[in-house]
Amino acid sequence: MQIARKWIQILWIFLVNGFWGFPFTGNLYQGPLKIICSPGLNCYSCPAATTYCPIGSLQQLLLGIRFSLQTGKYYVGTFVIGWLGLLGTTFGRFICGWACPFGLFQEVLYKIPSKKYSIPPLLNWLKYGFFVFFVVVFPLIFLDQFGLGKPWFCKYVCPAGTLEAGIPMILLMPDLRTTIGFLYINKLVILIGFTIWSVLASRPFCRTVCPLGAFYALFNRFSLIQLQLDKDACTNCKACHKVCPVEIKFNETPGSGECINCMKCMTDACTFDAIYITVAGYKMIPAKKKPAVVPPQ
Amino acid sequence: MNDKQRKISSVLLGLFLLLWLIGIFLGEPTRVLEQAKSICLECIGIG
Repeated sequence: MQIARKWIQILWIFLVNGFWGFPFTGNLYQGPLKIICSPGLNCYSCPAATTYCPIGSLQQLLLGIRFSLQTGKYYVGTFVIGWLGLLGTTFGRFICGWACPFGLFQEVLYKIPSKKYSIPPLLNWLKYGFFVFFVVVFPLIFLDQFGLGKPWFCKYVCPAGTLEAGIPMILLMPDLRTTIGFLYINKLVILIGFTIWSVLASRPFCRTVCPLGAFYALFNRFSLIQLQLDKDACTNCKACHKVCPVEIKFNETPGSGECINCMKCMTDACTFDAIYITVAGYKMIPAKKKPAVVPPQ
Repeated sequence: MNDKQRKISSVLLGLFLLLWLIGIFLGEPTRVLEQAKSICLECIGIG
């Protein structure tokens, strides 16, 4: 199952970054597919991107909301929030575990042999702050002399944008190199920081900063597709705790907003059929189990 | 998923579908497409 998940993650990278003509056109994809929302965090300024980034688009709509309203347009973000909500209500954080390019980037880095560290659970709350303030509030309230806000998350934080767009666009468009300044260096430092952290800890960006993950986390208890626990079958052997990449104790907190639904606990740990998938409340057959590998205490 | 959760899921799906349709009605997709077609200089750390 985990091999299938890797292939699905790779497939999603190519689905949302399917324009490989950019070295010849010298520009990013500008076709009609960009009306489709990327489910995972994928910068729409990536030259190969074929979909729009919901976090980037939401900020762009909110920062220009006054201008839109003054010109009689009601671009308040309902289209983007609608997309996000439909994805969240259907899949919850399955998207993080199965369809996010930046999530896969961190998973690959974590495979590099090194001493591994856990992330204090308190830091998990930060991502909600990033969503509320950097994506919604700051673009709305901090305005320039023209009455326009800034895309705070994209501009000052997003390492996915630096990796997928910042570096490739600078390589693709030599003219842009002369404009590199503090902002670019700042974003490069953030990307390097998360790259190193991803080697040392599992999915640090998803767990502490990602505003998209924060939004989807709100739906983990109500999404149509869910990972569920059969409390009667659970023996509290804690095998699920040991394999979880986001360090949650699934049998104690099923439906946690932190769970990225990678299903490692179901397929690689639980031998008691205590963890299963439901689709709209209907139980799906659990995958065939491997024997639990529980290191001696 | 109990009945209460199923109801909440249905309400949320309906709500977000409505928001999505309102967005289309207001012409937001055109604006989103315009933005997505151009290079976001802020996103790449310039501008």
